[in-house]
Amino acid sequence: MAATTTSPTDEAQARGEALRAARRTTRYRLRRANHVAGGATLIWLVVIVVPLYVMLSVSFMTQREATGTGMLSLPSHPTLANYKLVFRNGFLHLMLNNVIVTVATVAIVLVLTVPLAFAIVRTRNRLAGTALRIFLLGLAIPQPVIIVPLYVMIVKLGLYDSLPAIILPTAAFAMPVTLLVLTGSMRDISDELYESMALDGASPARMLVSMVIPLSTGGISTVVVFAGLAAWNGFLFPLILTQSPQNQVLTTGLWQLSSQYGVNVPATLAALVLSGIPMLVLYLAARRALMAGVVGISGR
Amino acid sequence: MTLAVPSRAAASRRPGAGASPSRVGRPRLAWALPGVLFFALFALVPMAYSVYLSFTGNWGGIGSPQIQGTSDWSRLFSDSNVRQATVLSVELTVLSWVFQTPIAMLLGVWAAAKHRNRAILSAIFFIPLVLSSTAITLLFKALLDPNFGLAKTLGPPIGFANGNILGTAHGALFALVFVGSWQWMPFHTLIYQGGARSIPEQFYQAAQIDGAGRVQQFRHITLPQLRHTITTSSVLMVIGSFTAFELIFLLTNGGPGNSTFTLSFTMYENAFSYFNFGYASALGTALVVICTIASILMVKFTGFGSMRSTREGD
Repeated sequence: MAATTTSPTDEAQARGEALRAARRTTRYRLRRANHVAGGATLIWLVVIVVPLYVMLSVSFMTQREATGTGMLSLPSHPTLANYKLVFRNGFLHLMLNNVIVTVATVAIVLVLTVPLAFAIVRTRNRLAGTALRIFLLGLAIPQPVIIVPLYVMIVKLGLYDSLPAIILPTAAFAMPVTLLVLTGSMRDISDELYESMALDGASPARMLVSMVIPLSTGGISTVVVFAGLAAWNGFLFPLILTQSPQNQVLTTGLWQLSSQYGVNVPATLAALVLSGIPMLVLYLAARRALMAGVVGISGR
Repeated sequence: MTLAVPSRAAASRRPGAGASPSRVGRPRLAWALPGVLFFALFALVPMAYSVYLSFTGNWGGIGSPQIQGTSDWSRLFSDSNVRQATVLSVELTVLSWVFQTPIAMLLGVWAAAKHRNRAILSAIFFIPLVLSSTAITLLFKALLDPNFGLAKTLGPPIGFANGNILGTAHGALFALVFVGSWQWMPFHTLIYQGGARSIPEQFYQAAQIDGAGRVQQFRHITLPQLRHTITTSSVLMVIGSFTAFELIFLLTNGGPGNSTFTLSFTMYENAFSYFNFGYASALGTALVVICTIASILMVKFTGFGSMRSTREGD
């Protein structure tokens, strides 16, 4: 009798014990796995942080100190001389050109791609699928491989050495990813919404402005970031398609400044810090939209 | 920090679709025209023009190009510089893939899980994403300077006694791989993070009940489930490093000697140092063909594998 009454509780106890043990080992395993991946993450974090630290710290050093005490130590007498030098060498002009190029690129991309995506998602025409496939093909074209014919074309169009020479191809190359992201977010809008607007007699333009665009703001902010980053950071198009100092953008200007400064490494690093600040501020303010923009291409 | 990639997979049910043939409120295809034409002019026409220019001999930009025949293509296949550049581009691509993929996968799996300090760590971790490759490459050029940079300190322990890493052929190649990885690792980590997040937690719970260890779980759940992610990341990585230009132009400029002349750098030199646009276009066209074939092969190959492995997964 005693045996029969105690055995279920014993069993339950034993099962509870086993469960707890299992949970312990599970937790242990998970924690151990995190240590492996976490360790790798920490190592790579050091690999990321050290160059950034050196960039920042050496930019406040004199040239003598940077070559003398080495780059890993903190500046003993921080100086702003390098930053002043960079500003004297026309840094603000580079920044202004970069802002023009970036804003114009984003504007062109949006004006062209928003109606394009709307048409591809909503039209009954079979050619829409073909249009989308053409753009998908464009995803596979890396910029360097078309730079030679593009250079010849830009020269023939009379655009060589002007800001539009940078803006137009940059915008075109941002379009495939933009289109993918926008068609994606426009497909997520339900058919009933479209139909109820159609019943109210809304024209396509009206639909686009008062429904599709407001409902696609997530996708639109992603593509603004993606196209903006591509324009802000682009180097190949400005390098090949412009020449004169007044059309230099940030990237070509940095390249120019670094060869001009030569062994004055702290001045080069100060220019690099300054060039990174606008994007870093944006990064801290809108990290999620930014990262979504960066991986826009893989989000499909 | 969650990755805000818009979920386009969200199954939107459309009960009325198909049933309503209403054409009211549907845009005409003409809406697509400006965008298509613009894209065609600045991306597709250059592509076709590149093929045309590759048959214009050694046309150098003066006057209008004339068709000269296949001299550029026959030169391309017998050019020992091109053969050497191909080997180097393949080396750069393979080394970059081998270095980046395991680390990015590990970091992505780590970043997909929940940790207390993850937000702060990943804020620092992803900074390279927003810096231009120009800034990153110039930064490393300064750091690798044998007289002033970190290379003076870090060179000797890794086998460069005088710290002149960029001065030797294999040192320069490793530097290219490393700097390229420094820039792109966060990007690929994000891709893997997205992939790892979409693996259902139940798979791991079931595996634990069956007594599968950490390594087994990784081999039989994580790896097969990440197959499409691996394909995406690898295609981007391979095309990116195979056609890399800025990195080489700014870090080694093809040197020392001509030991880091990759295919795209050789193309650039032919076009803008020797002004042989015909030959450079043949090289560019060949690069497009190689990249397209490589990505199709990778997608086909891994696509086949994924079908088999999902069935094996359970």
